[in-house]
Amino acid sequence: MAHTHTAEENKAVIAEIKKVTIILSVLTIVELILGFWMIGMDNAGLKLAIKGSIVILMMAKAFYIVAYFMHLKHELKNLIMTIVVPLALFIWFICAFLSDGNSFRNLRNTYNPYFKEQSTIKVEKKASPNHESTEGAHDEKAHEQK
Amino acid sequence: MSNVTTASSTEAKWWGGGKSPFNVEYGKVMMWYFLMSDAFTFGAFLISYGTVRFSTNGWPDPNEVFRSFPFAPEGVHAPLVFVSVMTFILIVSSVTMVLAVHAGKNMDKNGVVRNMIWTIIGGIAFLSCQAWEWNHLFHEGAWWGQNPFLNADGTASSTNFTNFFFTITGFHGFHVLSGVVINIIMLIMTLTDKFEQRGHYLMIEKAGLYWHFVDLVWVFVFTCFYLL
Repeated sequence: MAHTHTAEENKAVIAEIKKVTIILSVLTIVELILGFWMIGMDNAGLKLAIKGSIVILMMAKAFYIVAYFMHLKHELKNLIMTIVVPLALFIWFICAFLSDGNSFRNLRNTYNPYFKEQSTIKVEKKASPNHESTEGAHDEKAHEQK
Repeated sequence: MSNVTTASSTEAKWWGGGKSPFNVEYGKVMMWYFLMSDAFTFGAFLISYGTVRFSTNGWPDPNEVFRSFPFAPEGVHAPLVFVSVMTFILIVSSVTMVLAVHAGKNMDKNGVVRNMIWTIIGGIAFLSCQAWEWNHLFHEGAWWGQNPFLNADGTASSTNFTNFFFTITGFHGFHVLSGVVINIIMLIMTLTDKFEQRGHYLMIEKAGLYWHFVDLVWVFVFTCFYLL
């Protein structure tokens, strides 16, 4: 297996590394630009669309790292499949758990007046870290659960 | 790519016995399966974070929380700047790792040493950044069970935000730390000619897989905590 590359192959490998580095940097910069654009944005629909695009860019970055840096694209198809197919479970995990979280929020907003009320009361920003008050908030939570 | 030559002649008989049906060395296959299981661990963490966030009405604004930069005056408002520095450090260290693996395939000991040193420096730089950020947040009153930050809409927040942040970035940071230790061991083994004696640098490739995985996880952690 310790077969060394010819000069031609070397060039191709280095060119691929350069290409992937540039792609990863560009994708990261685009993500950051989108992130800066979102700061202080009020339009909830546009914000959601930007967050969706950031997730797509994140998946693209993951693909380039796994396929080229981790070399998976150049492995045999059988090996690729034993790694990628189990990870497809994540599609279900994400759909199931996030919708579960969403449903739990709706249920709490409907049936737990305290939870609903807490999300409408604005509080003063604490000037300095105040551990006492965090503890207090904890106690209230504990009561609520009883 | 080095395996293509053997692949073409015996394409149909991968499962005939006598050789690895995946055409990779045993240790590398096992590293892949370890990384797959580790991906499920991180996935479980991040999905539970998402679930809790979806089940809550308000959440702190990351641009308010992560707004500081080392050596900048107190109260500076520089959201996303410091974390982008951390992200680029990790990407660059991943690139030097690929170059080390490539040098290893060519039996180029000096190339391996040089690129491994850069990778280790990148890993240590990332860990230092993370240590600074944790320390800074701790002094602002954030820790497990303590959240000084209000929700983005000005309502009182729970400690879920800090708990998830410190647990997940901590778990990732621990992976970076073990990656740096593994890379240092690989560097020592290269310097003592261990791989020259074996006739191959496959260990560098396995360490490389781990290091790229750490970079891969950061892509997800960075997006979930700082951007979304």
